[in-house]
Amino acid sequence: MSTCRALFMLKKYAPLVALSMAVLMYIPASVEAQSAAADQLTGKLVITGASTLAPLIAEIGKRFESLYPTVRIDVQSGGSSRGVADARQGLSDIGMVSRAMKEDERDLSAFPVARDGVCPILHRENPVQALTDEQIVAIYTGKITNWKAVGGVDAPITVVNKADGRSTLEVFLQHFKLKSSDIKAQVVIGDNEQGVKTVAGNRNAIGYVSIGTAEYDAVRGVPIKLLPVGGVAASTENVQKGVFPLSRPLHIVTRTSPAGLAKAFIEFAQSKAVYDLIRQQYFVPLAD
Amino acid sequence: MISLGSNTSSRWQTDQLLLWLLRGVAVIAGTIVLLIVTFLAMEAFPVLRHVGITRFFTDPSWHPAEGLYNLTPMLWGTLFATVGSVLIATPLGILSAVFCHYYAPPAIARPYRRLIELLAGIPSVVYGFWGLVVLVPLIGAIRPPGPSLLAGIVILTIMILPTIALMANASLTNVPQQYVRGAAALGLSRWATIRGVVFPAAKSGLFTGVILGTGRAIGETMAILMVCGNVVQTPDSLFSPIRTLTANIALEMAYALGDHRAALFVSGLVLMAMIAALVAAADWISHGRVHG
Repeated sequence: MSTCRALFMLKKYAPLVALSMAVLMYIPASVEAQSAAADQLTGKLVITGASTLAPLIAEIGKRFESLYPTVRIDVQSGGSSRGVADARQGLSDIGMVSRAMKEDERDLSAFPVARDGVCPILHRENPVQALTDEQIVAIYTGKITNWKAVGGVDAPITVVNKADGRSTLEVFLQHFKLKSSDIKAQVVIGDNEQGVKTVAGNRNAIGYVSIGTAEYDAVRGVPIKLLPVGGVAASTENVQKGVFPLSRPLHIVTRTSPAGLAKAFIEFAQSKAVYDLIRQQYFVPLAD
Repeated sequence: MISLGSNTSSRWQTDQLLLWLLRGVAVIAGTIVLLIVTFLAMEAFPVLRHVGITRFFTDPSWHPAEGLYNLTPMLWGTLFATVGSVLIATPLGILSAVFCHYYAPPAIARPYRRLIELLAGIPSVVYGFWGLVVLVPLIGAIRPPGPSLLAGIVILTIMILPTIALMANASLTNVPQQYVRGAAALGLSRWATIRGVVFPAAKSGLFTGVILGTGRAIGETMAILMVCGNVVQTPDSLFSPIRTLTANIALEMAYALGDHRAALFVSGLVLMAMIAALVAAADWISHGRVHG
């Protein structure tokens, strides 16, 4: 908490330090420098794009606004493709994209702010230690309905799925190349905590949730087990390194290399001062 | 305190003030309902226009991300859960009020009533949480997966039971004492008195309690969301998971965009229509049978 506050202070006074340095170095231009610095702290930023990122960026925006009271940050969601299109056409100052950047998007400057990781979870007393991608697909499409078929006990599998529109569902479907209508679930849940509780209360359930949530609960004694995917252990560390397959980077993008207010905001969104917000939204910060 | 009675002109003014105040409050209450319905209709309009209302009942499934919007399974889900819980809670609630009023010794009746009042005050999310960690694993042990229509019915029953019991209790209290004494003087047994005299005298209150309970059951969201499994399907047994219209809105609203979002507002409109039908039916029944 105290380091956090110290960082705020640093951020708060950084422009002042810069200003005083400017005054010292270019005394004749001091008036212009002053007005430029003042401009940096006022104005409005329009940010549009991925609905996954929108709640996080909105929180970061609120904190940014509290540091610079004359700045307004307007966050609208509408999907990653809108984020790219709006940034290109100049309809927004910054776009939000909840995936890796594509080849034909090289014209945009992209800045990663966090990573999103999803892992399958089982009850802790389920003897199954790992599942291959094919087995997970077969379980979720209803082709395997008993744990016996994948080396577990003789009991029917309870498939726990996420409601349509959730980003965890998107990551899951994308990785396993499934359509939402292919999935035959016995339970559909909303948020991650509900998923953890459902699996913790049912020895024969399989579900998937954000790695951040699963790790947090497993460490605190909730009887769940995180399954590796493609042989890579499910941990925030592996998501951070980018080696965990069921994960994706979350980017904010601009058309030209950012300057002024947009630059200040992007730097703030990538700084350690917002890591607590990133964790609150069950995403993984880029570094520790 | 001050000589209000003699000063007729000032009393007249106070009356006028009160009258206009009440009119204002009534207008506000009415406007709020109309505004909500208008808002729902406006938000639902885009999808109703280019998808059409029939597809909400004829599409193969509910997969809004893929443009499929069938609401019927959820309509059945809501209906089954509501009807099931009302059917169980009504006799339980009314009989518990009868017990409390005519059979229980005062030493038990008093704490019992307090207990029911306490039950009425517990927030729905607490019921949901209890259902998720206790009831669902219990049902899962009998027949997997556990989250099911049955779990929903049980939770709803527990939730609306106190509403019905307290309303029944209040209407039993309002039955004039001379009726009961008269019945006693005629030599009727206690149960015959209750069945033949008390119930007919109290029926409008009992009925109101059931309607209030039904309304609460239809509108309940959090608890249902936690115990019903939320799979969109028409249930084929008590043990199959269901999704209700309310749970559908709560589950998907946070991340819905465009047509998907508008389709959720259509769910809201359908719910409003159900409640309106309930109120109309209640009105019709009570005017025709209960009060008449």
